[in-house]
Amino acid sequence: MARSDVLVSAEWAEANLDTPGVVFVEVDEDTDAYDGGHLAGAVKLDWRADLQDPVKRDFVDAQQFSKLLSDRGIGNDDTVILYGGNNNWFAAYAYWYLTYYGHENLRLLDGGRKKWELDSRELTTEVPSREATTYTAKEPNDDVRAFRDEVVEAIGTKNLIDVRSPDEYAGRLLAPAHLPQEAAQIGGHIPTAGNVPWSKAANDDGTFKSDEELKELYAEAGLDDAKDTIAYCRIGERSSHTWFVLHEVLGHQNVKNYDGSWSEYGSLRGVPVALGDERGEA
Amino acid sequence: MCGATQGGPSLEGVDVANQAVIQGIVLRDGEPVASAYVRLLDRTGEFTAEVPTSATGQFRFFAGPGEWTLRTLAPRAEAVDRAVVAAKGVVADVEIDIAKVAVDA
Repeated sequence: MARSDVLVSAEWAEANLDTPGVVFVEVDEDTDAYDGGHLAGAVKLDWRADLQDPVKRDFVDAQQFSKLLSDRGIGNDDTVILYGGNNNWFAAYAYWYLTYYGHENLRLLDGGRKKWELDSRELTTEVPSREATTYTAKEPNDDVRAFRDEVVEAIGTKNLIDVRSPDEYAGRLLAPAHLPQEAAQIGGHIPTAGNVPWSKAANDDGTFKSDEELKELYAEAGLDDAKDTIAYCRIGERSSHTWFVLHEVLGHQNVKNYDGSWSEYGSLRGVPVALGDERGEA
Repeated sequence: MCGATQGGPSLEGVDVANQAVIQGIVLRDGEPVASAYVRLLDRTGEFTAEVPTSATGQFRFFAGPGEWTLRTLAPRAEAVDRAVVAAKGVVADVEIDIAKVAVDA
């Protein structure tokens, strides 16, 4: 993987809005953002209503996912360009999610919705009608997804990266500061996890930093290339951003996203927790 | 300036007593800016959160007590930084005028 295989620029996107076989998909934390204006021809995925199981805390299954993409008019061979607000947090989450179900031709729009807006590029409220397809999801790829038992076992043995803000890592905040402070039962982080806030991988306009800057960032944080890596945040969306940087842009192997993240870990009984700015002991 | 008028979004339904709220409005020449982004940076300058402004130019954060910086990005404007202090049970209301440093188009 290289940057050019996984990212497209706003200029490229603007020139390819009508290109057959290319589908733009908006995924936002603010699920109403699309309705107020989106890239011409783009369809919407709602990370909560479309991508989460309506009953249990998990993803929709492969059959439901196949129906979802079929209904949206996305084919297995289409190149899907994902973009969204919040520096592509949820677009990166959808990228990781589509990777989990084996979609091959995926890109993120570098800078996402924010750069598009700051550049004063055109948005429309017109909702496209795409003919339904018969999409077939592949078997879930657990090589990119970590579950809680694997995370507990990783303490002291694998690279754990907590990508939340320093105040969330230390336990001074429980959620990102634009959300009410609630969620996990307690604050803190998984012992031995380094804190590399996802935001350090992005420029102010939401685009990703250069390969050189990204390599230096994770090297400084002591990321050991020889070990497997698990990234987490609060609910797995910001850590998808970091998973994207490590796995897709920098080409690290064996990188997983722990989507249960702190909202799950910080509510588990009996697991070790570290408080404050230090990593803590295994 | 509009004196004591508070520029942030309505606090109806917000548990103010248990939150350290920072909120406000982004203006350009006195008009609300709906297409701006407000970033919350912690006392070390590290990014903590970001929100797009609402249709009425408003934004809100639930911070922790302490010193923060609001950095506002908007089309055709340079970034504007504003220091703000948050405290539990207090709503810090901030009016940000981006026109003052607007770039000549």
